[in-house]
Formats: sequence, C-alpha cells, structure tokens
Amino acid sequence: MTEISAIKVGDRLVDKTFPPITRHTLALYCGASGDHNPIHVDIDFARNAGFPDVFAHGMLVMACLGQALTDAVPPARLRAFATRFVAITQLGARLTCEGTVAELFEENGERRAKLALTTKDERGEVKLEGSAVVAL
Amino acid sequence: MVDQSAVGHRFTPVTARVEPGRLRYFLNTLGETNPVYRDEAAARAAGFAATPVPPTYLFCLEMMDAEEPFEMLTALGIDLARVLHGEQSFVYRAPVAVGDVLTFRPRVAAVTEKKGGALTVMVIECEVTNQNGVHVADTSRTVVVRNQVAS
Repeated sequence: MTEISAIKVGDRLVDKTFPPITRHTLALYCGASGDHNPIHVDIDFARNAGFPDVFAHGMLVMACLGQALTDAVPPARLRAFATRFVAITQLGARLTCEGTVAELFEENGERRAKLALTTKDERGEVKLEGSAVVAL
Repeated sequence: MVDQSAVGHRFTPVTARVEPGRLRYFLNTLGETNPVYRDEAAARAAGFAATPVPPTYLFCLEMMDAEEPFEMLTALGIDLARVLHGEQSFVYRAPVAVGDVLTFRPRVAAVTEKKGGALTVMVIECEVTNQNGVHVADTSRTVVVRNQVAS
C-alpha cells in the first residue's frame, strides 16, 4: 500500500498472464457466473449462431482483468472498473492483462489514479480495453 | 427488433444473497488465490467486515438470482444467439461482502442503431443497494444485437 501511494503517471501497475482458456473453464464459468448462454458451452448452438466454435464469456475475460487489477491494488481502493469488449476471445487463448497509470487526480476528497487497462491474447490481439479508478 | 420505445423500460428487480459457497466456486473457476477473497482475517485486515466480492461478481449475482436471467432480452424480443456483450462498467460506492443481500434494479438507458441497422446497441443501467438500503454500486452493460447472422 505504501508503494501505491507513490505511483506516477506511466508506471505499469498491473501485469498478469493466465493459463489457456479451456472448454472446461467455460463450463465451470457458466455455472459459477449464472450466465447460462449456450453459445459459450454448446458447439451446436454456437455454429447455428454463425460462429465456428464456442468462445469465452466477455465477463470471464473481464474477471481475469479484475483479478490482475486487485493483485496490484487492494480491492478496498477500487472505485470504478470499465471495459469495452474489443474482440471475441477464442478457446486456448492465453490472456495477458496489463495496466498503467494514465492520470492522477482528486475526486470526492481523495487522491485517485486512473489506470488504462488492456487484455491481449498470446498473439497480442487486444480483447479488452478498459480503465479503473483507484484511491491512493 | 428493439427500438427507442424500450428506453426507460424497467426489468424485474433482482434480490441476490452473497453466499460463500457460490463465491468460492467462482474464485476456484478463475484460479483466484488472493487471500482477501478467501480468508476472513485477511479481509478484515484489508478493511472489510467480511470477505468481499471480486470486481465483476455483481454481474454474476444479478444473473444467478434472477428468476429469468435473460429477461432483458426475452422481454424485448431479442434472440440470445444474436447478442454480444459490448461494454461493461462498475462504479463501487460501498463495500459488498459475504452475507450481504443486494437488490438490482436494471433499466434500459439507451438504444441506438449502428452500421446501417446491422447492429442495435442497448445500454442497461442498474442501481445496486444492500440490505441496509445503502447504494453500493452502479453497473452499466452494453448489449450488441447482431441483426444479421455473422458470416
């Protein structure tokens, strides 16, 4: 916590790589998240919807980014977290989540930092772009 | 097809309890090992009354305890197979921890057409309050409806 109060614009705070996404992960996440959309677990449904295979829930990818974020920032300091789902995350993707300090500012009587966040797969394709606001 | 007339539509409020077993299943699925989410003493040391929920878990609680998890689609005649998640945001106003009982009040905030009508983009905003009436969070999700099947 002492180091987070000393951060500067441009510092890389978040950096975590996750194991490849498997069909098993998608099945577990379906139950764990309450998102039972068959497009993520049923290949027949996914093909009928025009996709070559099942693909990861956007919120599973955002959950990975959230995990990388609160590895670096204590959850009690998190004020906001937002992402745009840029591209579909395929099976087997090895996600890397990164975050750098974009801005330091004051809001609601506390010092805060805005972090610019990305999640990419092993080929460097951007899956999520987002931001978080944290209290320092 | 969903249009401007949906703006302001309110869906059935959802009440969800933050249950430790379900939360543990979520943590295990994500390989989350941060002790703050698993160990009550670590959570207290981090300033929480009980183990807090991870940053995206509010989205899950709302779906898990909704009587109709896809009401926001079915009520508006949207086919689940044609939906993608465009954006998601959370604003955290107060802690949420195991044992809390939350109420979600989702409503349609905006509907816009993109790419000459090939896509419809719907924004659903949701206020979240806890068992003490404390406004704990605001969430916003953007749902993208593919009006033509992807080729």
